[in-house]
Amino acid sequence: MMETLQLLFQGFTVSLAPINLLWAAVGVTIGTAIGVLPGIGPSLTVALLLPVTSALEPTAAFIMFGGIYYGAMYGGSTTSILLNTPGESGAIVTAIDGHAMARKGRGAQALATAAIGSFVAGTIATLAMTFVAPAMVSFALLFGPAEYFGLMVLAFVTVTAVLGENLALGMASLMLGLTLGLVGIDNQTGAARLTFGIPELLDGIDVVIVAVGLFAIGEALYQASRYRHEKEEIYALKGSLWMSREDWSRSWKPWLRGTAIGYPIGSLPAGGSEIPTFLSYVVEKRLAKKPEEFGHGAIEAVAGPEAANNASAAGVLTPLLALGLPTSATAAIMLAAFQQYGLQPGPLLFENDPQLVWGMIASLYIGNVFLLLLNLPMAGIWVKLLLVPKPWLYGGILAFATLGAYSLNNNIVDLVLLWLIGIGGFGMRLLNVPVAPCIVGIILGPMAEQHFRRALAISQGDLSVFYNPMTHPLAVSLLVIAAAFLLVPVVLRLRRA
Amino acid sequence: MKKAMTIVAAAALALASASPAFAEIKRLEITAPAAAGGGYDQNARIMQQVLQKEGLASGVQVVNQPGAGGTIGLANYVNNKKRTPTLLTGGLALVGAIITNKSTVTFEDTYPLARLSADYQPIVVAADSPYKTLEDLIAKFKADPGSVSWGGSGPGSTDHMLYGLLAKAAGVEPSKINYVVLTSGGEMLSGVMGGHVTVGTGGYSELSAQINAGKVRALAISSPERLPGVDVPTFKEKGYDVNLVNWRAVFAPKDLKAEEKQELEQAIDKMVKSEDWKAAVKQRGWSDVYMPAAEFAAFVKQEHVRAETLFKELGLLK
Repeated sequence: MMETLQLLFQGFTVSLAPINLLWAAVGVTIGTAIGVLPGIGPSLTVALLLPVTSALEPTAAFIMFGGIYYGAMYGGSTTSILLNTPGESGAIVTAIDGHAMARKGRGAQALATAAIGSFVAGTIATLAMTFVAPAMVSFALLFGPAEYFGLMVLAFVTVTAVLGENLALGMASLMLGLTLGLVGIDNQTGAARLTFGIPELLDGIDVVIVAVGLFAIGEALYQASRYRHEKEEIYALKGSLWMSREDWSRSWKPWLRGTAIGYPIGSLPAGGSEIPTFLSYVVEKRLAKKPEEFGHGAIEAVAGPEAANNASAAGVLTPLLALGLPTSATAAIMLAAFQQYGLQPGPLLFENDPQLVWGMIASLYIGNVFLLLLNLPMAGIWVKLLLVPKPWLYGGILAFATLGAYSLNNNIVDLVLLWLIGIGGFGMRLLNVPVAPCIVGIILGPMAEQHFRRALAISQGDLSVFYNPMTHPLAVSLLVIAAAFLLVPVVLRLRRA
Repeated sequence: MKKAMTIVAAAALALASASPAFAEIKRLEITAPAAAGGGYDQNARIMQQVLQKEGLASGVQVVNQPGAGGTIGLANYVNNKKRTPTLLTGGLALVGAIITNKSTVTFEDTYPLARLSADYQPIVVAADSPYKTLEDLIAKFKADPGSVSWGGSGPGSTDHMLYGLLAKAAGVEPSKINYVVLTSGGEMLSGVMGGHVTVGTGGYSELSAQINAGKVRALAISSPERLPGVDVPTFKEKGYDVNLVNWRAVFAPKDLKAEEKQELEQAIDKMVKSEDWKAAVKQRGWSDVYMPAAEFAAFVKQEHVRAETLFKELGLLK
């Protein structure tokens, strides 16, 4: 502990050098910008910058990369909230209530709780990375396919929080998502499913395409269809731009809970950023005093998932720095960057290059402060975007969403898909079918299926991996928690009645 | 006479200045049929740097086109002709994807320019695994093939090929392999380290840190001879005829003129002989397996046939 503090202190002396501070500032600014643009993620940005940075000192380069990575997580929420266009999959959940808040004229508060929540989560999670990384990694290694399947089932409980008033329509939306999730090569057998001979579908449909199609395109088409019939409501700016006392008191607990959910799941090799945001959403809805506000602009539903998203970003760096395990696209490219500098990322990195590792970790703390300073004042400026007259605003959203979808894979088929799904989303809106269950289905369905089948392949078809607490205590616990999540509210309601 | 002499001298001068050692390739575009960060992308980006630094090309751009194991990038490269010079990176994994995805476009539709770099693949088990040697593992595999789970990055990947070759060499039917797909390098390593799958593999460059730190144990490696400075026996040494090079290469359009092909070949030849290229390959832990165009085309064909046969035995193809 003392030793860690000492090393961290040394790290701060490295990262507080004026030139390194400058690189951190450059990194977070670039990161925020690419987070705002859908389709361009931190991994591509770091790849583009790699040749340019080869002339830089490695410490400076990694300080900048860390800033880009954290910055992108902050930026992703901005378009989710204001334009209903999630830039990356971790920001999809934020769009549900964040955009609803923006439409009620509370966009500035949504952006503020997202920024402060990201700061709180980023800082706590970086602290966790500093002090408990080795323990966290040992925990992560306990997760095999059976355990992941348990986690996916638990995350599926989220569906209950987004089904909407009509159960049948909610389930229909979920089934649509599960079906879209089937598209592509089946990983265990190599067989192509629902691809209709189109090679571009072999990798499946990108979640961001579905989310942007259903949310942004669907919404824009719907607004266009109503434009002549309804008088224009102006979204932006009602009352103060700052978070009220009530906003603060409703936000701080979700920030902390989101962090507690996001960091451990982010550090799992197959955890990702979507599952913690889902879990945070359902937890907040269950604990909220006014659960009926969820889906219509509840601030907890922005605060929690945004914190979870940022905490999971720090989680991803934990196995990378502690063990050299790349668990996301960005981590993989950072691994390549380590190699470019002739560094051996892995268990020995902390011993061999303490200055670099601790300098980078220290700069993550500083980057978080920079990001807060950058994003909080920006919230007031960003919401002015909503003052743009609707036809122009939605025209802009359509152009922006289309551009982003194309830049994901430089692929025309993605554009066709985006618009087909967008038209589908428009239809769903007309018929009052909720779109969120569809998103949950397409993200979790394929993951749950893969882990389920992997677990059974390893056990050679023995189903006990899911119920035998002696051999798989963690998997069984997760499944039990999931069951409790589903059944406890039902039991309570029955007892009350 | 004097006038003629002047003309000759002027012409000689013009020639001398117009043809330096090498004509620079302008506005070269390199397609990496993969997302940023992978082997194809890294090869493309190192080429970009070295070609420009050596003055062999200018205005070099790298375009990422991921999808379907690289076959999307390949198909677009072959079908969308450009006026400016273009190159494509690819390799053994893409050969596998062409076959498993039944791609209508293959490397036959390109001009294989040169093989560049390679990753040899070790197989690893957890540090506390009961299997201390390759013999231990194979004995168990022969006795009860299903009880050994083999983690790999996708059906028809180089990982899958390696396991198939090993099963054949050990006399076990390749279709009996209990192959478990783990999609990312991180998932693979944590799956092996956590004891969730028995065996894992990947490029030596990706696994060396964990092998050196003793987090996983390498039982054998797919190189023809021991790699310098790497204390891992080869499959050959252990008596298994398993030879797998996860090679990466560069391809050019098929219908170039002979002199255009020659120009590109010369540029690549100069590139791979430069100090910067050698240093970059070494830094990433790859092996330099340069093979010029003359032999390379035949090699690609051989690898295609070998992979196709193997996939039939693995049960991936009917």
